Amino acid sequence: MMNQTETHLNPSNKVMLEGMKDKKIKSQSASNRRSTILAYVALVVLSVIWLYPIVWIVLHSFRAEFRDGIFVGIVVSNYFPRSFGLDNFIRLFTMTPFIRWFFNTLFVATFSFIFSTVLVLSVAYVMSKLKFKQRKFFLNIAIIIGLFPGFMSIIAIYYILKSLNLTETLFALILVYSAGSGLGFYVAKGFFDIIPNSLIESARLDGATNAKIFTKIILPISKPIIIYTALLSFTGPWMDFIFARVILGETNREIHTVAVGLYYMVHGSQYADGNQFTMFAAGSLIVAIPIVTLFLVMQRYYIEGVTSGAVKG
Amino acid sequence: MIESKNRLFNRFMSKIKHFIASFTNFLKRSIKHFKRPFKEGSKGTKGSYFIMGFGNLYHKQYIKGGLFLTLQLLFLIIFFTNPKVNNTPIGFQAIRNFFTLGTEVGDIFGGLADNSMLMMLFGVVTFGLIAVFLATYKSNIYSSFYSDLRLKEGNKPTTFKEDLAELLDSRFHILLLTPTILGVLTFTILPTLFMIFIAFTNFDREVVPGLNLFEWVGFANFTEIFTGQGEIANRFIPVLTWTLTWAFFATFSCYIGGILLALLINKPGVRLKKLWRTIFILTIALPQFISLLAVQQLLSEHGPVNAMLMQLGILDQPFAFLGQARTAFTARVSVIVINLWIGIPFTMLMTSGILMNVPKDTYEAAQIDGASKFQAFRNITLPYIIFITTPYLITSFIGNITSFNIIFFLTGGDPNVPGSVAGQTDLLVTWLYSLTIEEGDVNIGSVIAIFTFIITASATLLSYRRSKAYKEEDTFQ
Repeated sequence: MMNQTETHLNPSNKVMLEGMKDKKIKSQSASNRRSTILAYVALVVLSVIWLYPIVWIVLHSFRAEFRDGIFVGIVVSNYFPRSFGLDNFIRLFTMTPFIRWFFNTLFVATFSFIFSTVLVLSVAYVMSKLKFKQRKFFLNIAIIIGLFPGFMSIIAIYYILKSLNLTETLFALILVYSAGSGLGFYVAKGFFDIIPNSLIESARLDGATNAKIFTKIILPISKPIIIYTALLSFTGPWMDFIFARVILGETNREIHTVAVGLYYMVHGSQYADGNQFTMFAAGSLIVAIPIVTLFLVMQRYYIEGVTSGAVKG
Repeated sequence: MIESKNRLFNRFMSKIKHFIASFTNFLKRSIKHFKRPFKEGSKGTKGSYFIMGFGNLYHKQYIKGGLFLTLQLLFLIIFFTNPKVNNTPIGFQAIRNFFTLGTEVGDIFGGLADNSMLMMLFGVVTFGLIAVFLATYKSNIYSSFYSDLRLKEGNKPTTFKEDLAELLDSRFHILLLTPTILGVLTFTILPTLFMIFIAFTNFDREVVPGLNLFEWVGFANFTEIFTGQGEIANRFIPVLTWTLTWAFFATFSCYIGGILLALLINKPGVRLKKLWRTIFILTIALPQFISLLAVQQLLSEHGPVNAMLMQLGILDQPFAFLGQARTAFTARVSVIVINLWIGIPFTMLMTSGILMNVPKDTYEAAQIDGASKFQAFRNITLPYIIFITTPYLITSFIGNITSFNIIFFLTGGDPNVPGSVAGQTDLLVTWLYSLTIEEGDVNIGSVIAIFTFIITASATLLSYRRSKAYKEEDTFQ
């Protein structure tokens, strides 16, 4: 994608421009080189700033400087550990229910990603391509309801579930993540809008039903948007703290997700020795590696999705 | 001035008149719609006004008729027998309970108190059930009436199988939308209504549902917040002001930073563009609870940054950047600066795509005309970027008003304000969280939720009505 900027001149213009530029080229190339070097310097400095905390967590997770003690807090004296080891990971697995948290999150993420993807694509397709009497009405309603911040209804949901004794279950969390997910259909709708109607009309002329058209014609050419939707709904539960915290509560550690579990390892402690930061770092690394890898591998789809959504507004 | 006020007033009045007119029109049409099958329909259709499914049974659509009949019986049984869930009835008693919110206060001998919260909830649920019942009732009549019409045209009434098949074709939208409609009704609409109702009660930290009652108090919570003398009233305006200030600075600082970064990466001559971009995307891919908690620990008083600054002799004693900061100003600046670290990569991604789409021919034409690079940037690239990213700016402003993670993980709303739940960096949403989940003042929290909703919703509606996407909704199809 990025290479387009370098080859932006089309041939006919290029010839014209080259003639005009000829005299300037010598003086420009020196200043060009200088500004390119400056750009590199800036990029390196910024990269260091952006990577500093990330590298710091990774290094902390492998620290083995306190093999004998129970001290597992932050090390402030040296950025690079004096000795490396897997102690923190072993502590994490044996002293905390981290493995439980991991599979809890995987369970919630898997189900909510299946439900959400189906719901989002369904609603988006209806709003984009199916013609029926109340379409505009539904579209407007969906937009107005989409304005209710999910965060506010979560508090009411918490009280409702609590009075029915349904809080503190992973099942409730899956419902919370996927029930309203259909409302996030804009990006997918934008994608379907671009698919030409003639494709659908000709299939209809051939006698295909709407369901056939959706599953056999539209979905196979919608890979980018399916991946985008699936990526966001699968990574969502790994990243979300607040919904999980509210629904799952503080007390029962066995049913926490990774975010809630790891949060309480460092929560509230301003002091280096009051928390379990190295274990937190180890757990973060285990969570982050698959999620970040997914994001980087699917980068193209993610970028396409977010940018189309932003520009369309 | 007076004239423009009058004109505004007139426009407002005409809008109201228009609304009333269309509403009465709607009512008239509905009544007509309701009466018509009774006048023109068969005996079966007339029968379905009294017994649901009667018309379908009359047309030998047994499965459909049976379903309608079962639904009617089910509804009537629930409505009149008032089954109890957690000792609270659903049915006609729930409607009465909705207005009283419970009368039984309970006693120490094991007599149970009414659960005001469940009563309110089941009241709303019962209203919902009635609405659903009325909708089914109407569709029951029309289901029979359509069969009448088909018979008149010489067709047979549709079989159940055919009806099901239609769900995959002409009624495919119903099949696709139903799960979302159900989910949204139970997990968005119901809770939101519930939240709004709670704002009119005295459900505060003193109340434990099931142990003691709460009741309707009208607008008392609203007047308490806006005109009261207490802690909540004193903190409301400061928190609101900080929320808007935060949203403004967070939005524009990340916006400008992101565009600059995108320009830097896309600068002709800079290589490894993909690598640079990936480095910054890392912060988007990394779960925020990890990155923000790490930054919070890095900057804490006993964290490595302070240690380093002291080793270098820049500081004599640790400097508190965040929750422990001595002044609100320090903490607020720190939060906005750290937010750059989170926010810039997003804007960079957005604008990178746009930068590549800047119309090239105008750019070249400008260069031929002798415009300098800076001039070309200021007069072509910049206006284009601003024009095309305005919707993004508005959505990110709204997103920042309700941005929970940054504040919650970095400062938890601190530095403290003595005697108040709301700290110096608390936004409306984090305040809402501590008021409800931590303190149990659900009623005040609900008022704040409603208020936050009004702010974000009006901003969204404004931008949405103006956006091209809405006006040209159908042009691409």
